[in-house]
Amino acid sequence: MESTVTYESDLNLKATELRLGLPGTDEYEKQTPPSVRSNKRSLPDIIEESDTGDREAPVTKAQVVGWPPIRSYRKNSFQPKKIEAEATGIYVKVSMDGAPYLRKIDLKVYKGYPELLKALENMFKFTIGEYSDREGYTRSEYALTYEDKDGDWMMVGDVPWDMFMSSCKRLRIMKGSEARGLGCAV
Amino acid sequence: MAFSFPEEVLEHIFSFVHSDKDRNAVSLVCKSWYEIERCCRRRIFVGNCYAVSPRIVVRRFPEILSLSLKGKPHFADFDLVPEGWGGYVHPWIEVMAEAYPWLEELRLKRMVVTDETLELISRSFKNFKVLILSSCEGFSTDGLAAIAANCRNLRELDLGESEVDDLSGHWLSHFPESCTSLESLNIAYLGLEVNFSALERLVGRCTNLRTLRLNRAVPLDKLSNLLRQAPQLVDLGTGAYSAELHPEVYSKLAATFTCCKKIKSLSGFWDAVPAYLPALYSICSGLTSLNLSYATIQSPDLIKLVSQCHNLQRLWVLDHIEDIGLHAIAASCKYLQELRVFPSDLYGEEPDVFLTEQGLVSVSEGCPNLHSVLYFCRQMSNAALFTIARNRPNMTRFRLCILEPHAPDYLTLKPLDAGFGAIVEQCKYLRRLSLSGLLTDHVFKYIGTHAKRLEMLSVAFAGDSDLGLHHVLSGCTSLRKLEIRDCPFGDKALLANAAKLETMRSLWMSSCSVSFGACKLLGQKMPRLNVEVIDEGGHPESRPDDSPVEKLYIYRTVAGPRFDMPDFVWTMDEESALRLS
Repeated sequence: MESTVTYESDLNLKATELRLGLPGTDEYEKQTPPSVRSNKRSLPDIIEESDTGDREAPVTKAQVVGWPPIRSYRKNSFQPKKIEAEATGIYVKVSMDGAPYLRKIDLKVYKGYPELLKALENMFKFTIGEYSDREGYTRSEYALTYEDKDGDWMMVGDVPWDMFMSSCKRLRIMKGSEARGLGCAV
Repeated sequence: MAFSFPEEVLEHIFSFVHSDKDRNAVSLVCKSWYEIERCCRRRIFVGNCYAVSPRIVVRRFPEILSLSLKGKPHFADFDLVPEGWGGYVHPWIEVMAEAYPWLEELRLKRMVVTDETLELISRSFKNFKVLILSSCEGFSTDGLAAIAANCRNLRELDLGESEVDDLSGHWLSHFPESCTSLESLNIAYLGLEVNFSALERLVGRCTNLRTLRLNRAVPLDKLSNLLRQAPQLVDLGTGAYSAELHPEVYSKLAATFTCCKKIKSLSGFWDAVPAYLPALYSICSGLTSLNLSYATIQSPDLIKLVSQCHNLQRLWVLDHIEDIGLHAIAASCKYLQELRVFPSDLYGEEPDVFLTEQGLVSVSEGCPNLHSVLYFCRQMSNAALFTIARNRPNMTRFRLCILEPHAPDYLTLKPLDAGFGAIVEQCKYLRRLSLSGLLTDHVFKYIGTHAKRLEMLSVAFAGDSDLGLHHVLSGCTSLRKLEIRDCPFGDKALLANAAKLETMRSLWMSSCSVSFGACKLLGQKMPRLNVEVIDEGGHPESRPDDSPVEKLYIYRTVAGPRFDMPDFVWTMDEESALRLS
């Protein structure tokens, strides 16, 4: 097999400009900030992040298969001990008054109420509005409620997040007269 | 030739030749040496179980006592090799059972081992002594029970990081009361609790036990009792190292450790709690190896512990050690040879730990014997790499993992080509290198030019073109293993350097730009290579020849194509190439 191959057609030799200079004397002009990957093959299995760096919910964080190169035992050993529960996820249905179909979300993905609210606002394109200490979300048309283990409909935000995660069976975004004045406790 | 040594004399001389490389060289001298050598060889190492068939091995070497086999490619550790790819050891054991009834040692890495295999091992080899299963899978505790029950002279049982199907903790009870031969037991990665009283009795009666590595399920309050039965231990892996702070438990533990004067190696420490660390202080000065990589302890407590380990040669730790901890190590652990720093928070955005490139620079300055490094970090600079290279020209293994792919020199925003270039230029004995960060074809030019002793290279998210791959394949004369993922390397370099591939053990390429057509061509032209295309998206022939394959694994072999492949792996050889074209 030949060892010298002409590369002129595809390989822009000027750009690579091989020299045998010492390391450190390299005047490599092309600056490629991480977000620009022109002639590189696009990274597979990566969910693209928005350029503003605005992280919405943890699920949009780029996760490449097999990277960083860590064995699975080590990866798994740092999750909280309830490893089985971690793997399955807590999926609950979310309904919004007036919307033709429901959605489903995994509560485990969120670290707390603010993240959950933001995610729901994005998902259903509404705002829960501003929060005031005395009156809750009085200016909002919406109220966020959930059905708990006993079948009762509760206001989201009253109990600690962990307790909420384990007792929430489904979510309902109420709208209209039922909602007005109730708001959300978060 | 007038004079030659009698066979017995040559055999005796050969018995002093131990390394495989030297043995292989001996066997090439002449036909009679080949014959004598093959009959007296006792240990075999097969780096790729598909490079040779068990029958070929057995035909050449009639009396083997120890066999080491490796199966899956290294990237299988990171879930890049799909389940079912291969690496089955059973066919080997079937052949060995007939040919080597006196086999004593089996060391397997990344292989699929079934309960059936373990049972066969336990029944076939009457004098079986050593079973080491690193990163293996496919078996359960039932198989272990068979080994425990039937291997009367078992000396070493090491389950490494194997994935074991935990059916019952009672497998340990299958060691008969008459078994006292155990010298080494490593069950550190077993998930389920083992029968503790059986373990205690086993430890108590095996007075030659040197190595004992427990799993996370063994609680701290039971450790003292266990250790008191084995004060002769040299290598200890604790179980979970946490408990409510009880003065009694603590003082008992501390007292126990003072009696274990021979401990040189410590590991385990799952869920470690700082309050119990001082119990170890009495043995710190004797430690040569310390693995704290499962201990999520913060740097102040880590520093207090590690700075007492003046004789430490190997340290594995989490990035909780931080730069400040590494400065302390540079000052206290002057005999350090190997350092591994693992990341604790993989998906966090703003990490709490303050570990930068400075920590590594510090250790490279303070520890003159440091030659093996595995370092996960979030930032690196060319300047730091220059310094490390200058400080440690004796480096033999350098694996750097900057967590963010394509991360540039954080100071200059330039690629890290020059920094890694310095490493390969200064460290003339470098055998293993893993690259990360923003890298262009330049870094490969440096590697091809300077890394003449490099045997293993791992590359991810690097390079611009085929020129990069070409530099490595044409320049690295000692290269044995090359593994590449997510790089824009295609057909040209591979085809131009096809002959090189026969001088290497294996080449792995995934998410690159190698076309199906090139794979076919390579398979056709190189009969002594197995060119395996791995594609879970269906047979590549359903796509045009120039479309890239998902994964490619090429290895040299004298055994021809294998027949145990799953339906997403195809070997490109002359026959299949003709069939497909």
